[in-house]
Amino acid sequence: MAKIALKVNGNKIEKEVADNTLLVSFIRENLNLTGTHVGCDTSQCGSCVVHVDGKSVKSCTMLAADANGADITTIEGLEKGGKLHPVQESFKKHHGLQCGYCTPGMVMSSIDLLKTHKNPSDEEIRKGLEGNICRCTGYQNIVASVKGAIGKV
Amino acid sequence: MKQFNFHEAKSVKEAVKAASKNSAFLSGGQTLIPSMKLRLSSFSDVINVKNIKDLQGIKVSGKSVKIGAATKHAEVASSKDVKKAIPALAALAGGIGDMQVRNKGTLGGSIANNDPSACYPSACIALNAVIHTSNRKIDAEKFFKGMFETALKKDELVTAVEFTIPEKSAYIKIPNPASRYALVGVFLAKYKKETICAVTGAQPVVFRSKEIEKALNNNFDPNSLNDLNLKSNEMNADIHASAEYRASLVVTAAQKAVINCK
Ligand SMILES: Cc1cc2nc3c(=O)[nH]c(=O)nc-3n(C[C@H](O)[C@H](O)[C@H](O)COP(=O)(O)OP(=O)(O)OC[C@H]3O[C@@H](n4cnc5c(N)ncnc54)[C@H](O)[C@@H]3O)c2cc1C
Ligand code: FES
Ligand code: FES
Repeated sequence: MAKIALKVNGNKIEKEVADNTLLVSFIRENLNLTGTHVGCDTSQCGSCVVHVDGKSVKSCTMLAADANGADITTIEGLEKGGKLHPVQESFKKHHGLQCGYCTPGMVMSSIDLLKTHKNPSDEEIRKGLEGNICRCTGYQNIVASVKGAIGKV
Repeated sequence: MKQFNFHEAKSVKEAVKAASKNSAFLSGGQTLIPSMKLRLSSFSDVINVKNIKDLQGIKVSGKSVKIGAATKHAEVASSKDVKKAIPALAALAGGIGDMQVRNKGTLGGSIANNDPSACYPSACIALNAVIHTSNRKIDAEKFFKGMFETALKKDELVTAVEFTIPEKSAYIKIPNPASRYALVGVFLAKYKKETICAVTGAQPVVFRSKEIEKALNNNFDPNSLNDLNLKSNEMNADIHASAEYRASLVVTAAQKAVINCK
């Protein structure tokens, strides 16, 4: 067992976890934050993306033990005082989702993308979201959602 | 994923000491964790090396760029120093996988893994790299032994890779559209005395194409490769590309590399 102390969505957490626990399992099963999804076994779909120390990572491809000391934000941590994050708001406005399974990961990746690219082109948005797969939308409205949030992150 | 004991190594010495026949070093985890999840591999001990101080950082001197083994692909891609000294190396790192893979995956993990379609091995060969490990220095030519096989011993840790700065270079990857690994990748480096053409993705292990090098040493021009037909009998063939197609792609990628060389 590994003892870990970390911050999740601003809350300090100390827990013991089995050494082979994935960060995504820890988030979903120990913290009951089920907004972070699991869509594959091969680190390719991106539905599990969270921010670790401000950077987007696939939480299915990181050990919980390796997150000791980290500052983590999940989709649940984005809203402030009952108001959606501007990127969430933009996904809503531009219909950037259908079934919603990929959406938490898409939103977390989009925020990282908009932090590293202040004014991305369509091509840069598509390239920036290469790690996220959507089976529903055809991506058009996801790109529109990210564009709609330019300058608001 | 099978059960294992997780160790946090604070120094190279500690990591090497914790290693055994049945252990694995964990760096970015972008290859190790998927392979443990799919039960393609399992270990009794997993030793986290990504926080070791001696494995971090990028140092540029007049002749070389030395990058710590735990340096993430995203750090290499955005490093002003690397962009200035060897722009093709920064571009290579920026084209690996996706943003999330680049935020975790590291140089040391990539070359220790030596996937036949990984990008970094081609840069190591073309840029006459020296691989620094916990107990020796290995020339890149002697490091990549075969498919997923390197010169590393089980308890040997890659600590840094030192690349020689060329006059000009370029990396052209024809990516597999689903995984973004290299279907074929060509790293071309032009030095005063010679041009080196390292190819990844096309054979079980990275190699130098002597035919392409010969043609470009004669005349550094994309047209000097127009009539070149590489033998396909040693090329990889799979559902993504036949051996003949890969042989042809290598030449095309090399021509693009000549055009993009800077
Ligand atoms: C979706 C996806 C797409 C990808 N696309 C590409 C791509 O386009 N091009 C590409 O090149 N790669 C690609 N990769 C692989 C990626 O670059 C990995 O980051 C890399 O192969 C392994 O690096 P790591 O730091 O994650 O190593 P880990 O997964 O932590 O380790 C890999 C192996 O190396 C060993 N190891 C780790 N560090 C050391 C060290 N310092 N010394 C000795 N042994 C060590 C480990 O024990 C393990 O056997 C992709 C991966 C994914 C998941
Ligand atoms: S669950 Fe698919 S990448 Fe993490
Ligand atoms: S909205 Fe259904 S997978 Fe993207």
